[in-house]
Amino acid sequence: MNWAERVSPLVRSIPPSGIRRFFDIVAEMKGVISLGVGEPDFVTPWHIRESCVHGLQRGYTSYTSNYGLLELREEITQMIETDYGVSYNPKCEALVTVGVSEALDLAMRAILSPGDEVLVPEPCYVSYKACVTLAGGVPVSVCCTREHEFRVTVDQLAASLTPRTKALLIGYPNNPTGAVMPREQLATIAQFADEHDLIVISDEIYANLTYDGEHTCFSALPGMRDRTILLNGFSKAYAMTGWRIGYALGNEDFIAAMTKIHQFTMLCAPITAQIAAIEALKQGRPSRERMVAEYDKRRRLMVEGFRNMGLDCFEPKGAFYVFPSIQNTGLTSLEFAEKLLQAEKVALVPGDAFGACGEGYVRCSYAASSKNLAEALDRIGRFVKPLLK
Amino acid sequence: MNDKAVAAKQELLKLLDQDYNQTHDQLAHQLSVKPEQIAQWMKELEEDRILVKCQPIINWEKAGLDDVSALIEVRITPQREVGFDAIAARIYRFPEVRSLYLMSGAYDLAVTVEGTNLKEVAQFVSTKLATIDGVVSTTTHFVLKKYKEEGVIIDDEEADRRLLVTP
Repeated sequence: MNWAERVSPLVRSIPPSGIRRFFDIVAEMKGVISLGVGEPDFVTPWHIRESCVHGLQRGYTSYTSNYGLLELREEITQMIETDYGVSYNPKCEALVTVGVSEALDLAMRAILSPGDEVLVPEPCYVSYKACVTLAGGVPVSVCCTREHEFRVTVDQLAASLTPRTKALLIGYPNNPTGAVMPREQLATIAQFADEHDLIVISDEIYANLTYDGEHTCFSALPGMRDRTILLNGFSKAYAMTGWRIGYALGNEDFIAAMTKIHQFTMLCAPITAQIAAIEALKQGRPSRERMVAEYDKRRRLMVEGFRNMGLDCFEPKGAFYVFPSIQNTGLTSLEFAEKLLQAEKVALVPGDAFGACGEGYVRCSYAASSKNLAEALDRIGRFVKPLLK
Repeated sequence: MNDKAVAAKQELLKLLDQDYNQTHDQLAHQLSVKPEQIAQWMKELEEDRILVKCQPIINWEKAGLDDVSALIEVRITPQREVGFDAIAARIYRFPEVRSLYLMSGAYDLAVTVEGTNLKEVAQFVSTKLATIDGVVSTTTHFVLKKYKEEGVIIDDEEADRRLLVTP
């Protein structure tokens, strides 16, 4: 019996994550410095962990409302209103999810009909396209280039528009490029979405990790609140990746639809993580700001380091990745990553794991200690030197 | 000195506080200045005794050296004109004294003393410390175990448990 053939063709059609493949190679090596990690190197601040322990001691072990604890939803909506000036009703316009990953999946399933197209600017987070496909939609890649600072433009979006285009899925600050979208440029996207009646899913998980200037929340742009499903979470800003806790904000109809799926598939996000998330929002700002200041210093170290090697390195303005070009080494992204790993034991992620147009680049996370970053830069420099001549 | 330079130096100190073994180049990149500027600031900070001394935190117990340390509460009679400072100076000059703070509350000085064994510390307290003019009383508490020192947890490092490559 060939069981593989019994697997749904839709699932089979999705290629395995490029990152997964690389992980298997790295996992078998010793002495590797990894710049391939897409999560903070900090552990969750102690006061947040402690609040969870306290919650368990008091017996908080039950289900919560499908939407999540009301107290958490109130904290979330209040924070979004204070920071970005856009208000949501915590009772019916906010849904607590198991990370942004779940929220993204819910959003796609809630809005897409078979064959609906979703514009997906690339390079982007690895699960965007897969989530669209699994929801029966068709992802349409839109290639963002170094020339435009890895920002998507209205012209590019317009060129990919068809009568089936239903939504636009954006993620700024961006993983893997570190690109951000200034307000004026987002406003042009907003106008485009309005003109073509598109739903916008805005993944803003790295919003708090913005280094130059202020983050612009897409749903805070005029007229965008009801058109947007805003996704965010606690993983990056509060170093809470393993807690799996995120949220979606949007108009009542979208959130109700998403909650319908959520209640049948997930029921609710873990109460332990919800309690910790409340603490993060109530008291976590100082620790968050400390971590962000730390990333910012490392960011400068990395950009300078790559430029000094003779590699073109776009200056990231958000998240915790640099995305240097390795085109002048004459290697493909995958060759570069594999050879570097063999020669110098530094792990990074080939750019094409984030979409075809990431080819020619590699993603380096600077969520690592300054010491490891400095050592990694030395090793990469040694590897790159003979290739550049 | 202007506020900007003060703030920049504070940033430098924070970086050094985290990891003193960074090169001037690394520090310079992180603060967006030239390495020569780092050297200049370090020199100034040392001259001003803001950057006082750099020393490692050692788990001596693990290294096999079972030194003894004690926290001693000292009550003193302040002296005219010089207050607590003159007596403090007489105490802190002893090399056995690792730290000395003037405290609010039930006693005046908190003195940390280290010695190779219990007897040595006791000897120091009774013959050197208690006999200083103006010292009214001492209460000695021996340290049984060190959990955290200078903001560093001694024996409980939180290991990096992340997978090596994640999206």
